[in-house]
Order: sequence, then C-alpha cells, then structure tokens
Amino acid sequence: MSIFSTRFLAASALALMAAAPLHAKTFVYCSEGSPEGFDPAPYTSGTTFDASGHAVYNRLVQFKPGTTEIEPALAESWEVSEDGLEYTFHLRKGVKFHSNEKFTPSRDFNADDVIFTFNRQANADDPWHQYIAGITYEYYSSMEMDKLIKSIEKVDDNTVKFVLNHPEAPFLANIAMPFVAVVSKEYADALDKAGTKEDLNNAPIGTGPFKFVAYQKDAVIRYQKNADYWGTAPKIDDLVFAITPDASVRLQKLKAGECHLMPYPAPADLADIKADPNLKVDEQPGLNVGYLAYNTTVAPFDKPEVRKALNMALDKKALIEAVYQGNAEVAKNPIPPTMWSYNSAIEDDAFDPEAAKKMLEEAGVKDLSMEIWAMPVQRPYMPNARRAAELMQSDLAKVGVKVEIVSYEWGEYLKKSMEAGRKGAVILGWTGDNGDPDNFLSVLLSCASAEPGGANRAFWCNKEFSDIIAKAKATSNHDERVKLYEEAQVIFKKEAPWATLAHSTQYVPMAKNVTGFVQSPLGDYTFDTVDLTE
Amino acid sequence: MLKFILSKLLYLIPTVFGITLVAFGFIRLLPGDPVLLMAGERGVSPERYAEITAQLGYDKPIWQQYLQYLNQLAHGDLGNSLVTKKPVLAEFLTLFPATVELGLVAILIATLIGVPVGVLAAIKRGSWFDQISMTGALVGFSMPIFWWGLLLIILFSGILGWTPVSGRISLMYFFPPVTGFMLIDSLLSGQDGAFMSALSHLILPSIVLATIPLAVIARQTRSAMLEVMGEDYVRTARAKGLSPSRVIGVHALRNAMIPVITTIGLQVGVLLAGAILTETIFSWPGIGKWMIDSISRRDYPVVQSGLLLIAGIVMIVNLLVDLTYGLINPRIRHK
Repeated sequence: MSIFSTRFLAASALALMAAAPLHAKTFVYCSEGSPEGFDPAPYTSGTTFDASGHAVYNRLVQFKPGTTEIEPALAESWEVSEDGLEYTFHLRKGVKFHSNEKFTPSRDFNADDVIFTFNRQANADDPWHQYIAGITYEYYSSMEMDKLIKSIEKVDDNTVKFVLNHPEAPFLANIAMPFVAVVSKEYADALDKAGTKEDLNNAPIGTGPFKFVAYQKDAVIRYQKNADYWGTAPKIDDLVFAITPDASVRLQKLKAGECHLMPYPAPADLADIKADPNLKVDEQPGLNVGYLAYNTTVAPFDKPEVRKALNMALDKKALIEAVYQGNAEVAKNPIPPTMWSYNSAIEDDAFDPEAAKKMLEEAGVKDLSMEIWAMPVQRPYMPNARRAAELMQSDLAKVGVKVEIVSYEWGEYLKKSMEAGRKGAVILGWTGDNGDPDNFLSVLLSCASAEPGGANRAFWCNKEFSDIIAKAKATSNHDERVKLYEEAQVIFKKEAPWATLAHSTQYVPMAKNVTGFVQSPLGDYTFDTVDLTE
Repeated sequence: MLKFILSKLLYLIPTVFGITLVAFGFIRLLPGDPVLLMAGERGVSPERYAEITAQLGYDKPIWQQYLQYLNQLAHGDLGNSLVTKKPVLAEFLTLFPATVELGLVAILIATLIGVPVGVLAAIKRGSWFDQISMTGALVGFSMPIFWWGLLLIILFSGILGWTPVSGRISLMYFFPPVTGFMLIDSLLSGQDGAFMSALSHLILPSIVLATIPLAVIARQTRSAMLEVMGEDYVRTARAKGLSPSRVIGVHALRNAMIPVITTIGLQVGVLLAGAILTETIFSWPGIGKWMIDSISRRDYPVVQSGLLLIAGIVMIVNLLVDLTYGLINPRIRHK
C-alpha cells in the first residue's frame, strides 16, 4: 500500500470519527488573530491567552468575572503568613484534567501539577524549560516572578506552600494571570515518554471549561464543552474561534450570522453597529491609559511648571472626539477610574491656552520647539497617534510652541523612546495585565523603571512617589494600599511627568441572541458563561 | 530536450544562492528587531535582551549568522519560527495548499476570461467591445485590492447574501485535512454540501485575486494578436482562402500565445503578491498572510526561509513556462 493511500485511509477513518454532527449549541467567536501556540506560559499576547489560558486552563486563583477581584479557582482557599512571605494554598479536590485520543488522566489535579507549572518556567535546568528550542517565559520574568518566588513546597497532595523573597501584595493578582495556568504533570510525563514534548504546545490538556479539539492554522480553533468541569459547566456545547484579522470583515461576518460575537470593532463602525437591529453592543471602560510622556531629564521639560503649562494647552476633549471618535473619557490620573484606589478627588488641569502661555513666560520659556513622537501602530488606548500628534501640534502652536512630529517603526519606536537624553515627548499607553495599580504605577513611573529596559518613558524619578508605591507593594493591608496609591496620584498630578490623555472604552458587538457574556476589564474574552437564545 | 532542461536547471543554482542572500539580508535591513517587538510597551532589560539574542544566535556577526543559515539549509533545516516555535517547513506545508487552491482558481478565471476577451478585442479592434473591455482592463489593473475585496464582501455577502463573507468552508463542516485542498478534501469527506460550501467560499477571493492578472492577460493577448495579425504569414493564410476562424485559431493565436504564456507565467509572482492582501481580507489561511504577519513581527527564520520557498516555486513555474515555449515553438528548443 502506498504512503498516500495509507495516509488517506487513516485520514478518512479520522474523518468518520470527527464527522459527528455539531451539537445543538455552537457558539462562534470571530477572533482577531491566530494564537502563537497553546501553551499559555511562553506567550504574551491576549489573543493567545483567550485561545489557551482562558478557554482550556485554570489558575490557582482567578479574576471574578467582570472585575479584577481575586476569587478561588483551583485553590479553594489560602492563608498568608504574618510577614507576608508565605502563601499556603489548599487545592480543590476532584478536579479532572481533560482527555484526548492519546491521553487519559489516571489521577485528579494535585500539588505536583502546580509545582510543575511554576518550576518549568523558573528553573533553567528543568527538563521542560526548553522543551521547544528557543522558548522563553517572558511574562514569568517580566512580572519578576523569578525574583519574587524563593521556593515552592508540596505540603501534601492538596496543599502547596509558596515562599517569597519579599512581601508583595500583587502576588495573588499575578498568579491569576494566564501565564501560570496549571498544566498537567502527568500529561507532560506521557508526552516525554512518547517523545512528543512539543504537543504540550499543540494539543493542550487543561482543567478549564472547554476541551481543545482541533486547530487549523490561521483559520479555525474548535473546542468542546468540558462536561466534567469543576465550576459551572458551560451552557454551549461547542465553541469555535473563526480567525478573522480584519475588523470590517469581522463585522460583516457578524452581520451575516457567520459568528455570534467579535472583539475590537473599528471605531468608525460603531454607529453602524449600534443602529443594526440584529446586533447589540456591550461597552465598558477599558483598563488602559493613553499618555504623552515628556522627557523630564531634559530642559525645559525638567520643570514641572513647564510640563503643566503644556498640559493646559492641550484640548483633550477635542482630541477624544477626533482620535477616539468620542469613545473614551478624558484621563486625569495615570490609572483608569475602574481601578481600585483611583483618586477621584484630583482635579485635572483646566484647558486654558491663555494661562498656559503666561505660565510658560513666567518659567522663562520662549520660542520653544519640541518633538512629539507618534507611534506607528494602533492600540485600543491610542487608535490614531498621528492624528493625536497633529492636534497637539496645533494646540501647542496657539501657545507659541513649535512642534515637529516624528515617528519610527514600532520596534525602533519602543527602543529609541527609552534612550537616555531622548528629545521630545512620546505618545504611548498601557493596558493593565492584572488589575493591580502597581501594574501601572511601578511599571510606568517608578525610578527603577526609568533605567534602561524599563518602561518609564518620562524618565521621571521622584523619590517620594517611588517610595510610596514600593511601600504599597509590600503592604498586604488593602485599605492602607488604597491610601498610599491615592497619595501617589496626588504627587503625580503635581509633578505632571505626562499629559494624561484618555481611557478608551471597550466595545463588544454581538448578535441579539447572545446572553451571559461578561466583559472583562482586562480585555480577556471568555465564553464559559455565554448562551444562545432562540 | 533533455539538454535544454538541464541547461535551464543549471541556471537555477546561482539564483537559489542569490535568493538566500537577499532573503536573509532583506528582513535584517528593516529596522526593528523581534525581541523588542515581543517585549512591546513593557520593554526588556538589557541583560534579558542580551540573553535572548544570544540564545537565538543573533549576537554573532552577520556573516557568521548567514553561514550558519546556509549550513542549516544544507542539512535540510529551514529553521523554526520565533513566534510559534514551529518548523518553518511544516507551517509552509500546512498553509501552502490554501494559497495554491486560491491561486489556481484565480489564474484559471484570469486565463479563461482574459484570453478570449483579448482575442475578441483584437479582432474587433476599435469596436465598442474593444473600447469597453480595454477600459475595464485598465480599471482592473489599477484596482486597490483591499478596497475591492471589501466592496465585494459588502455587496455580495452583506447586502445580497449570496456568498459567505470569509473563510474556506462553512464551520458546520469539520474534517481533518487530507490534501490541504479544500475542494478535494470536501469531496473526500463525503459530507453533504461540503463541496458546494467550499466552492462558494472560493468565489469572491478568487475573483479579487484574479482581477489584476485578468486585466494584464487581456491586454497582452490583444496586443500580441494585433502584432501577429499584421504578419506576412497571416496575410498569406488569408490569401490562401483559409477560413477566418482557422487563420485566427491556428495561425495567429498559436504564435500570439508565446508572449501570453510568458505573461501568465509571470502572473504567478503577481498572484503571490496579491495573495497577501486577498488572504488577509478573506481570512484565508495561506502563505501570503503568513508572510505579512511574519514580516511585521520580524520573524527572521520564517521570512528568510519562507521567501526562499516561495522564490523556489516561482522559479519552477518559470522553468515550466520556458519548457512550454519549447513545446509550442521548436525554434526556441533548438537554439
């Protein structure tokens, strides 16, 4: 028998097995891109997390749907030691991993799986650390888990103790993120034995609400409901991701009934979507901020009063209309209003070109010319940086400041904007990873992040501010943290290292018959609660 | 004939070598690098950056990297994608059939319509048919593909509801790929309606992809026919009293076909370029979209080996075109 006919027979047999008709309820999600892989640990894109971490897996703790609050998941409960250095997790019993044609779990989820999940990322000499050549664990290192976790101990089959090097309040929020989704140790062992380690990335086995069925590259991902799910089982039987990279085409598919829900509509299409009687739109403020960062180490931008004056010259309302098509709110703080500890008492600098002009004169600034950097890519926090820069250019011209707009290729932009002594102010933004204020304030504004490799593009190092957020990070008392972060925002406003521009709104268009979709402030798309009515 | 083929094959060797150099250099000439793009807004510490680039071998001098790449190629290894970590060849083989299927249907449409239109326009030179078809060809040639695709989707899928919006087959049908060609696989699957679904999904993307080649082929056929019809032997054939259909069909068309076949062969390159946009808009999982994604992520191994594979295919097609000349015109074969 020739190779072709053997392959053909095998494939037809598979086809017969797979050809079972689709179940009653199939939910189709027009996703925006292809996942990089199905192992949630090595990747950083939200697209990949939606397809792997959220659909197939669970974490020890998770974000309560629609919020950034932590709730139990694979860990039923936990205790934190007095000094904040030891976290003891009590694991849920009777949680089953999925099975596929090559693997059927012989045991329930236990402490070994948790330890495997963390150790393979932490230890360079773990046999699974480099199970695919060139794999790296970017989130694990960028969330500084390597510096934070001292050891992980198995107390018994259902208890795990994490020992930290220093107390860190956002620890729980960090481990609610998909990069530490719990992977089956038993499955890994089976793959190792079969010599197909890479299947950990191709055929994921998790404990999550959906079982992975098949992925056709760049086209379709198929999942089936996990009937043995430890939580509330999904209401739909099959989940399909129809990968559709173009936003206008996604909308056409939604309108034609080829899918039930889509992410990231083009801002220009929103009015059309809202007018369509067969569609509805869920909207929620996004956990993001778009900003203009001055270089606070270069004169005259080293003077807070100059930065403040420039901020007062910017017409942010007009900018939101033109750049976000009105789908955003004016930002006054570096963190969005939906985040806990947002200081609503702070007053934004009024838009007042006359006063701004006077302040610049008083600061001795005359004939100022500066660069404004416009990022070359679109992000939810900044849909059109070029347009934003042009508006700022005309606003600043009115107070006598000459602006030159510059831009670079995205990789270069990120690199050059962090080079010491950079000329000009940079348009950029941030979308939260885990809902903790530290994830904005430390990453974007601390003294440590003003060093090379950081993300403090204002190069703003205010010792008082940095000390406060460091203290807040090490405190586990929530009320005290709130107070400290509120205080930090006051300093930020006074010092004005950025012009805070906008917090954009997230829109999720869906068919009228979709119910139960809960939008995540973190921009995750999860489908364990959705249903379709007739 | 064998000698002719061998001499053509010999020419390929320096070409392949040149392509490796161009493909390797091209993606590295673009500013931006993969590690920074992966890190995004967050940034990456200089130590971590050095660690990753060293792991990938990108810290070595560029000529060393190139030699290593050649060495890898000599061992039949095209490298792994930086993003998906999967072998480039495996990804290519998964996606290539989709592009071929779309490309074949598009070139078929372009040829089956373009050649007759060109011939007819030449015969009826100056008529309203000539005027309209050649104006149409000019419009088609300058059509912005992305806009054209979206327009067709909005009209035929959105307003009229005649064709599906995007994808290769309705999500109702689910069978593992056998050949990778959806039209064949859907027949093999034996599922009712699968073939028709696959066919209906091909209509819009293949029309969009065929637009530019169709225009080029029609214009080329017309001008080649006009040139040939002025030749002495055509006049002689006419003078001999042969029927006009025989004069055109046998004497004129056969000779006019040589530049037309060259044009059709050259359209393979145009098709691959057009596939980038067509595949993106129709969510068509082929190599065009794969290349553009990889370029924007600076996925060096995918871009350099993917370009090599694509160039290799274009070269093979051009070789086949050369051989076809030989079949049509013995003078070329014996030169």
